[in-house]
Amino acid sequence: MTLLAVERIKLFTTRSPWWCMVLALGLTVGLTAIIAANWDGAPMPVIGAVFTHTFGLYVIMVMAALAVTTEYRFGTIKATFQAVPDRISPLVAKAVVVSLLAGLVGEAVAFGSWGISWVLASDNSQLALTSAADWRHVAGIGLVYAAGAILALGVGALVRQTAGAVSIILVFALVLESVVGFIPNIGDDIQKWMPFTVVSKFIFGDPDVGSLPDGAGPPVVGELSPWGSLGYFAAIALAVYVISLVVVKRRDA
Amino acid sequence: MIEAVGLTKRYGNTVAVDNLSFTIAPGRVTGFLGPNGAGKSTTMRMILGLDRPSSGKVLIDGTPYAKLDRPLRTVGALLDAKWVHPNRSARAHLQWLAKSNGLPVRRVDEVLDLVGLSKVAKRRAGGFSLGMSQRLGIAGALLGDPKVLLFDEPVNGLDPEGILWIRRFMQGLAAEGRTVLVSSHLLSEMAVTATDLVVIGRGKLISQSSTEEFVERSAENTVKVRSPHADKLGALLVDKGFTVHEDADTLLTVSGASSDQIGDIAASAGVVLHELSPQRGSLEEAFMRLTGDSVEYHAVETGK
Repeated sequence: MTLLAVERIKLFTTRSPWWCMVLALGLTVGLTAIIAANWDGAPMPVIGAVFTHTFGLYVIMVMAALAVTTEYRFGTIKATFQAVPDRISPLVAKAVVVSLLAGLVGEAVAFGSWGISWVLASDNSQLALTSAADWRHVAGIGLVYAAGAILALGVGALVRQTAGAVSIILVFALVLESVVGFIPNIGDDIQKWMPFTVVSKFIFGDPDVGSLPDGAGPPVVGELSPWGSLGYFAAIALAVYVISLVVVKRRDA
Repeated sequence: MIEAVGLTKRYGNTVAVDNLSFTIAPGRVTGFLGPNGAGKSTTMRMILGLDRPSSGKVLIDGTPYAKLDRPLRTVGALLDAKWVHPNRSARAHLQWLAKSNGLPVRRVDEVLDLVGLSKVAKRRAGGFSLGMSQRLGIAGALLGDPKVLLFDEPVNGLDPEGILWIRRFMQGLAAEGRTVLVSSHLLSEMAVTATDLVVIGRGKLISQSSTEEFVERSAENTVKVRSPHADKLGALLVDKGFTVHEDADTLLTVSGASSDQIGDIAASAGVVLHELSPQRGSLEEAFMRLTGDSVEYHAVETGK
């Protein structure tokens, strides 16, 4: 418990987490507001309201990566390991605090975006959260953010540099996963197992029948069910994080 | 007490610390002396469990650092004053450190007071001068009221006032019965700070002794002799195999002999002495001679 308090003090006594949280919220809710206000011709579906959540996900992953890379950048990781030499427990505490915060931001992003859509959309008859799928589209975002934060912490602890960790995360999520699809023959088969592609099925996949016109909405690929997709993403995040723990334990601080 | 046994650290083919064994006793300031790159910082990081030794071990009161329960209560260290998040306040920095080892918040204010930073406690540490950063680092080291303290080059870059403050502070800590290990590449600084010296060069132990003994043994000691019968005495000393240099008619500089020996020889020959004073060689010269072969990066002398 004390180590959770330690990581909480560390996180909230610098400014970058606050900026990241504000940016994640502003970016998603702001863009959703523009989309909702201009949604014409058809009732706005729930997945339309949460479409922008990926932008916030990247920002929150940067925040999580920063939480560990700045410790290396400024040497406080050494002070941390001096105070708690087993090394694993402070990193676990950090993961708990950061992923919990990421989850809360995710929920704020989700319900903020959904709420502003409800207010601004000219036809919000399809926006009511009436089914399990509707709730998954919205409330599921918190889970994706929490898992994404764990992944980013792992990458950050492995790479130890802010620029390196942030580049890896963004290039992978924004470039590599799309580019992979262009490889002849096998591209599609690889792409549908890429983590960020898979996890988008958890948010956007299997909407209620009739909530949006056939063929509309973001493309959803993958072999797994929506919840299976989240499990797959979380498992990859956890694997990277556990590898980082092993490496940090063995490596000179 | 700190005890290193066969401590070795290799980076690839480079041996940074080579089979180092020493014991640091409580109640005194021990200087950890060596040229830059001799392996002092690496050794200190191994003492704190930050770097893993390639072989050998180092124990604190018989326990490896990693096995200490709430280690800040046993060992305090200032390895680098810049190991602080620049946007965090001094107080917040100490707060998370204190919390991590179950120390009360009251203790944070106590150590801030102790190092004279209470007034700037809420300012961001990134804006601190080097002297203030060092004080903050010392405050961090003292948080757990530890029995063992490690300081890596604490006076580097400080003004004379800051140097004096840290020197007195370390001596005060030792006087309270704590084990104080302080590294430096300056023998002159250690000579006025430390009672004991562990000297290393290229990762190898060169000597462990009291500072006085090290200085005596390493510096070329000469004795200044003034006598109206300098000629006669000089001849006698040369006969005994000592090196004598005649500075003036009545003044000799003798090397290789102690003042006791010279006094005895003078007395037995009935030579009157007006002065017999041991001269201490320059500390830096002695240090250079001892570690001369073990400096990792020699400056190349260029032709003029």
